[in-house]
Amino acid sequence: MLDIKNLHVDLEEEDKSILKGVDLHVDAGRVHAIMGPNGSGKSTLSYVLAGRDGYTVTQGSVSLRGDDLLSLEPEERAAKGLFLAFQYPVEIPGVGNMTFLRTAVNAQRKARGDSEMSATDFLRMTREKAKQLQIDADMLKRPLNVGFSGGEKKRNEILQMVILEPRLCILDETDSGLDVDAMKLVAEGVNALRDDGRGFLVITHYQRLLDHIKPDVVHIMVDGRIAKSGTSELALEVERNGYADILAETAL
Amino acid sequence: MTLSPRIQEITSRRLNDLVLPTGGWSSEARSAALNRVQSLGLPSNRDEYWKFTPPETLTTAQVPPASLFVDVDESPVFGNIDRLKLVFVDGVFDAAASDQLALENVTIERLGESKDRDDHWGREVYGVLEQSGQVPVARPLAALNTAFATDGILIHVRGTPSKPINLVYVHSNETSDAILHHVIKVNPGAECTILESGPAAARFNKCMEIDIADGGALHHVRAQGRDHERRAATHMFARVAANALFKSFTLTVNGRLTRNEIFVELLGRNSMAHVAGACVGDGDFHHDDTVFVTHAAEDCKSRQVFKKVLRNGATGVFQGKILVKPDAQKTDGYQISQSLLLDGDSQFLAKPELEIYADDVACSHGSTSGAIDEGELFYLRARGIEQAEATDLLTLAFLNEAVSEIDNEELADEIQSRLAAWLMRHRPS
Ligand SMILES: Nc1ncnc2c1ncn2[C@@H]1O[C@H](COP(=O)(O)OP(=O)(O)OP(=O)(O)O)[C@@H](O)[C@H]1O
Ligand SMILES: [Mg+2]
Repeated sequence: MLDIKNLHVDLEEEDKSILKGVDLHVDAGRVHAIMGPNGSGKSTLSYVLAGRDGYTVTQGSVSLRGDDLLSLEPEERAAKGLFLAFQYPVEIPGVGNMTFLRTAVNAQRKARGDSEMSATDFLRMTREKAKQLQIDADMLKRPLNVGFSGGEKKRNEILQMVILEPRLCILDETDSGLDVDAMKLVAEGVNALRDDGRGFLVITHYQRLLDHIKPDVVHIMVDGRIAKSGTSELALEVERNGYADILAETAL
Repeated sequence: MTLSPRIQEITSRRLNDLVLPTGGWSSEARSAALNRVQSLGLPSNRDEYWKFTPPETLTTAQVPPASLFVDVDESPVFGNIDRLKLVFVDGVFDAAASDQLALENVTIERLGESKDRDDHWGREVYGVLEQSGQVPVARPLAALNTAFATDGILIHVRGTPSKPINLVYVHSNETSDAILHHVIKVNPGAECTILESGPAAARFNKCMEIDIADGGALHHVRAQGRDHERRAATHMFARVAANALFKSFTLTVNGRLTRNEIFVELLGRNSMAHVAGACVGDGDFHHDDTVFVTHAAEDCKSRQVFKKVLRNGATGVFQGKILVKPDAQKTDGYQISQSLLLDGDSQFLAKPELEIYADDVACSHGSTSGAIDEGELFYLRARGIEQAEATDLLTLAFLNEAVSEIDNEELADEIQSRLAAWLMRHRPS
């Protein structure tokens, strides 16, 4: 499903390289977790995959279900089924959450050649999915993310994900800022979407989320590279010992 | 004060071609106004409040022609709203195209028609509010208007009519030079909504005087027409008594030159004035909002909310002042003017001013100029919304703070949909 080969990325504005040869392959139906120290390039990877400006790919390639991802606009990537749950969801005053959701759903349907969803169908679907994530009607009416608490913003990201039903879901620290119950809700949301046709890339610092969302593979990113990959055991190891051992290994 | 020879020349050239209407209750006010223009002189770019907007084309004797714009792609503004429609074609009232001048709780007359009644209520307002608006900043084009207006409407609001009155301005002649003067008097406790729509003429000089008595309310919503080449200088003078409310919103799309001046005096305790505007300009567009709000009584509230979206070399100007007189304690004054520049060619010039002589007041003002936020744009695009649509969504969100100043939901929706349609038509190809 997702094939990242030897990806090198520099910052556009300053002469600084962030990703230094990332190789990652995610098959449909699988959940991959990425852990790694602060500043190792996890969010940068997720932004580059989603198509944000400000980065220059100097080497390597990324393909999503056969398409050359890097040649597509962000909206085209979304229409192809890529979804990024942001580490820091953006507040947009003046754009209602509901209006935004509906515009996004219809934009993606249009890009795929489907007809627009009727207002009533959309409302019904959104209410139902919001309820599962314990997002109340008031939050749907408010301007997008404005004044939402940290946890509310994260739940709102997951709401967007379950409504848009993407093929590849990238979650960038969706668990940080969530209380124990909210983490469960988010994990349930993710697990409900798990199926043979869908892949996940879950960026996290904590083993706890991975208790709820069992990963098939765990990667450790260090200094812009995947330094180590393994089973969910690897996450437990990081939880126990931190990154010191892995850093020592990769430094060799 | 003696005028420079240049100003004298400009002024007399312009006035020479105009005919002063005589006779009737307004004639004294008209001659007094003529004296005012002659002593003030017409505006020039040396005047403090005309530095950002070139006044030349507003003061020439000859009208700069403006080709007609046929908006086949949109239904008329306010067309779906239940209203009393009064139509002016190139500044001349068109009775055949208008509804009957009859609406419950309101008396409506044509300015020209009532001119012979010497005891008319209009005497207390016509030219009176305009004159008091000449201090501390001169507005000679308004004085010219009072002197030479050829038509207009007098509206006496005695209660609360069931529907708004819509002044519809049709532009049908490429060299029309219209001067309209309207007077609105709102009785104590009465409430009315006035709508204005359309370009009016190649060059339009319009003055509206609004006198709101205790507890009265006047809502004003206007949509200036889509003609690209039209020019307009408009003035609104409002006098607001105790517990009364004045609200005005203006939508401007297109137009080579627009200068909208609003002068409001809050004269009675606990009165309120909200003035707002949203304009969108692409290319040959110059839009100027010049607003002056005076707090002369205690416990009054005022808001000025102006938003401008500019691209392809368009220019936006905002000059806004809150003047708080010594007795106006507990004043609550707010002013915000913001522009969204969709490219590097456009410019926004702002002159926000506060002048406060009372000590117990809360006044704030702010002015910003910025581009579309890249982070917001990316967030929307990452959800599959195309760049053009995402930009429109953010642009409408930016304008929303001004549009939401309109109380009536139907009218706010009407304005919102016009803005959305304009943005759609003006997407960069
Ligand atoms: N726009 C930028 N300007 C300067 N430095 C940047 C920029 N974007 C990223 N970086 C740097 O790139 C490195 C990787 O950042 P990134 O956000 O990808 O890390 P991360 O692994 O997601 O960290 P965290 O776990 O703290 O979220 C950091 O050193 C960061 O400071
Ligand atoms: Mg990060």
